[in-house]
Amino acid sequence: MDNLPTLLMIAWLLPLASFAVICIGYSVPQLLGLRVRYSTQKIASYIAVGAIVFGFLISAYCLFGIWLPEHPLAASSHHGEEQPDELAGQASPFRPTAFAEEHSEEGHKHATNGPPLYQAGDWYTLARFGSLKLTIGYYIDTLTIAMFCMVTLIASCIHIYAVGYMHDELHDVTDHEVTLSNGEHLHRRGRFQRFFQYFSLFSFSMLGICISGNLAMTFVFWELVGICSYFLIGFYIERHSASTAANKAFIVNRVGDFGMIIGLMALWSTLGTFSFGDVDKADGTKERGMFSMLHEQSNGYELAPTQRMIDFDASRQSEGSEPTNGQWLLFVAGVGIFCGCMGKSAQFPLHTWLPDAMEGPTPVSALVHSATMVAAGVFLVGRVYPIFTPEALLVIAVIGCITLFLAATIAITAVDIKRVLAYSTVSQLGFMMLALGLGGWVAGLFHLITHAFFKSLLFLCSGSVIHAVHSNDMRQMGGLRHKMPITAYTMLIGCLAIAGIGIPFVLGFSGFHSKDVIVEQAIHFGQTNGGYSWLFVVVPLAGALMTSFYMFRLWYMTFAGKPRDHHRYNHAHESPWVMAGPLVLLAVFAIGVGWTLPMQMPGVLSRLGVENLLDTARPVGQLGNKHGVLLPNLVIPDEHASHVAAVKIPAGWSAILVAVAGIAGATVVYLWEVISAASLRRYLNLLYHATWNKWWFDELYDFVFVRPTLAISRFIAFALDRGLIDSILHSFAWIYRGLAAVVAIVGDRWLIDNSVDTVAEKTWDLGLTLRSVQTGQLRQYVMFIVVCTIALFIVATLWWRFAVAG
Amino acid sequence: MMPLFANILTEPVGVAHYLVVGAVLFVCGALCMATKRNAIGVLLGIELVLNGANLNFIAFGSRYLRDSQGTIGLDGQLMSLFVIVLAAAEAAVALAIALNFYNSFSSIDVDQADQLQG
Repeated sequence: MDNLPTLLMIAWLLPLASFAVICIGYSVPQLLGLRVRYSTQKIASYIAVGAIVFGFLISAYCLFGIWLPEHPLAASSHHGEEQPDELAGQASPFRPTAFAEEHSEEGHKHATNGPPLYQAGDWYTLARFGSLKLTIGYYIDTLTIAMFCMVTLIASCIHIYAVGYMHDELHDVTDHEVTLSNGEHLHRRGRFQRFFQYFSLFSFSMLGICISGNLAMTFVFWELVGICSYFLIGFYIERHSASTAANKAFIVNRVGDFGMIIGLMALWSTLGTFSFGDVDKADGTKERGMFSMLHEQSNGYELAPTQRMIDFDASRQSEGSEPTNGQWLLFVAGVGIFCGCMGKSAQFPLHTWLPDAMEGPTPVSALVHSATMVAAGVFLVGRVYPIFTPEALLVIAVIGCITLFLAATIAITAVDIKRVLAYSTVSQLGFMMLALGLGGWVAGLFHLITHAFFKSLLFLCSGSVIHAVHSNDMRQMGGLRHKMPITAYTMLIGCLAIAGIGIPFVLGFSGFHSKDVIVEQAIHFGQTNGGYSWLFVVVPLAGALMTSFYMFRLWYMTFAGKPRDHHRYNHAHESPWVMAGPLVLLAVFAIGVGWTLPMQMPGVLSRLGVENLLDTARPVGQLGNKHGVLLPNLVIPDEHASHVAAVKIPAGWSAILVAVAGIAGATVVYLWEVISAASLRRYLNLLYHATWNKWWFDELYDFVFVRPTLAISRFIAFALDRGLIDSILHSFAWIYRGLAAVVAIVGDRWLIDNSVDTVAEKTWDLGLTLRSVQTGQLRQYVMFIVVCTIALFIVATLWWRFAVAG
Repeated sequence: MMPLFANILTEPVGVAHYLVVGAVLFVCGALCMATKRNAIGVLLGIELVLNGANLNFIAFGSRYLRDSQGTIGLDGQLMSLFVIVLAAAEAAVALAIALNFYNSFSSIDVDQADQLQG
C-alpha cells in the first residue's frame, strides 16, 4: 500500500522518459542537421510502445495486486435496489465512520457520504509565494487507478496500432495535399520518430492530470495536454487545414482556460490551498485540502461555503440585496472550473475545435477522443465534484444536454467518416456531462471509461479503412466488409457498443450498461423536479436515437451495400496484424468492459466491474438529495436511489427502444434503401442544410469573434500602431537626429577634433625641432653621452652634497 | 672633497684606487669613441669603456677590498663575466657591420655612416 504512489509515479514518468530519450536521441541530432536513418527511427516507436505498455502493466498491478486485495469490492456496499438509508447504515471499509456517526445524529434530513479512501501527499514543492504553495503531489483513489489502467491500456493499443499506421513516415513523403508555389507537391523527410515523441509526451501529460494532487498541478498538465494536442493535430504542419485546425484547438481551449483560471483564483483566494485531499505533514498534523474544507465532518459532509467565503461575499455585498453566504462565490468557482472542462471536452459553446482536430493522423484522433484530451475535461469535473453547488451542476447538465443534441444532429449528415466519429464523441461527452450534472457521478465516469474503449476502437477502425482506401469520404466507400472483414466486424462491435445494444436488465455491450445508468439518473431527476426537467430525459433519448442511427449509417455506407468507387474498392486490403491486433483487443473490451462479475467469483474478481469500482471512489458529499440554495426548487437527486425499480424499468426499456429504433431507421434508409436518403434530404431541406453546415457555428464565430477581432487588430495595426505609435516614435527620431547634428558640430567637430588636432600639431612641431639633433654622426652621439654622463655625475654629486648629506 | 683625493697615494690599496683606474679607462675609452673616425677605433673605445666599468664591478664586489660580511665576493665577478661575454658578442656584430659598411662604401669612416640622420 505504501509503495502505491511510487509505482504509479513510475507508470506516469515512463512515457516522459521515452519522450526524453527520443528527443535527445533523434530530434536533437536532427535539429543539429544530422540525418537520422529511417531504420533507426523505427527504434523510437519501440521505445514509446515499451514505455506505455510497461506503464499499463504497473497500473494493472496497482489495481489488481495492491488496491483491490486491500479494499475488496465484495465487501463494499452497493448496489441496485437498496435504499440510501439502508445503505447508510452499513459499515464498510469505504465509508468507515461517516455514515455510522451521522446516521445516529438526529435532525439530519439528507444523509450523505464521507470521503472515499484515498492517499494524498506531495512529492516535491516547486515554489512557495507567501501562503501560495505549488507542489507536485498525488491524490490516489480508485478513480485515479481506474483512469491509469484505462489510459495506459488504450494508449498502448493506439501506440501499437500507430507503428503500423504511420509506416508511411518511414521514408520520404510526397504530400499530395500541399501544392507549393511552383506547382509541385511538397516533398519532405518522414517524421516517424517525432510522432512517437509527442505521443509519449501526450500520455505523460494525461497521466499527470489523473494522478495530480492539486489544482495547480492539474492546470500545468492541463496545458501540457493542450500543447501536445496542438503538436499532434498539426502533425502535417505544411497543410493549411492542419495548421489552422491546430491553432483553433489551442485558441478555443485558451478561452475555456481563462474561465478555469478565474475558478482557480476564486478557490485559492478563499480556501488558501490547491490540494484536493488532506496531506500528512511532517509533524503529524494534517494539511487540510479543498474537499474537507468545503465538506466539514461536523456539518455531516454537506457542501457548505467556508467562513472566509461568507466573509468575502459579505464584504462585496451591495446595500439592500439578499445575502448569499458565499454561495455565489462557490457557484462562480464551480462554473469557472467547468469552463476549462468545456474547452477540453468540447462542450457546446466551445465544441467547434474538435471536428477540425480530425486533421491529425487517425491514431491521434483516437488518442485525443478516447483516453486523453477530451477525457481530461470529464475527469476533472469528476475529480473536483465536491466543489460544485447544485446550481453549478445544473449549468453542467444544461451544457451537456445542448451539446449532445447539437452534435448528434450534425453527425447525421456528415459524410467524412472521421467527422461522424468526431461529432459522436462530442455528443457522447455531452452525455457524460449531463450525467455528472444531474448527480450521476458514477454514471458519467462509467460512460467515460466505456466510451474510451469503444470510441478508440471506432477511430482505429476508421483509420484502418482510411489506410486501405486513401479517402475519408464515405460516399466513395461501400461493400468494404468483403475486403477487410476484421475491421468491418470489430467496427460493428464498436457501433453496437456506442448504440447501447443489450438485453434489458441482463447483459449487453459496454455502452448499454453505461448509457442505461445515465438514462436512469435523468429519469430520476425528472421525477424529482418535474416540469421542464423532463427535457433532460427527452433530449438524451433523442440523442441516443440519433447516435444509433448515425453509427449504423456510417457502418452501412462504409462496409455494406455495393462499392461506390470501384477503383478504391479494388485497391482496398485488410490492414496488417500490427493494426488489426489492437482492434480485436479493443473490441473485446468494448463488449465486456461494462460487465460486473457476480459475487461468487473468487478473490479480487468478486463483484469486479467498472461501475462497482467507481462506486468506491464516490467523492465526499455526493450521495443524498441535494437542494439548491440560490434556486430553492432545484433538487439534485441521490444516485443510489436511481436504481430502484420505478426508475430502472422505464429507463431500461426506453434506452433499448430508442437504440433499436435508430438502428432500424438506418437499416431502412441506408441498407434496404426503402426510403432514399436523397428524397429525405429534399423533404427536410432546411434541417438538412442546418446540420450540413453544422448549425453555422463556425460561420457565427467567424462573424461574431474572428472577424471583429481581425478588424480590431487591423484597426490597431494601422491606426494605433502605424498611425499613432509609429508617428510618436518617428518624431522622437527626428528630435534625436537634430540633437545629434548639433552635438556632432559643436561637441565632436569643434571641441574634440580641435583639441586632438592641436596635440597632433604640437607633437609634429616638436618632432621637427628634435630632428636636427639626430645628425647620424656617431661621434657626436658619443659626445652627447659623455657630456650627459658628466652632467648627471655633477647633478648627483651636488644633490648628495646639499640635499642628502648636507 | 679634498680628503678623498689627498690621501689616495698614502692609503693602502682599496676600492678608491681601483675606481681611479676604472675612471681613467672609462675616460680614455669615451675619448677614443668620440675622436676616432675609424670604426675599429670606435670599437676599441667601447672595449675600454666596458673594461672600465668591469673594473668598478670587480672592485665593489670583492670581499678583500671591502669589508662586507654578507657576500662571498663573487657577484661583481659574475657581473663582469656577463659584460665580457656581451662585449664579445657585440664585437662580433659590430665587426660584421663594419665589414658590410666597408663593402658598400670602401671605407670605414664613421662620419660617412649618417644615413640614419633625422
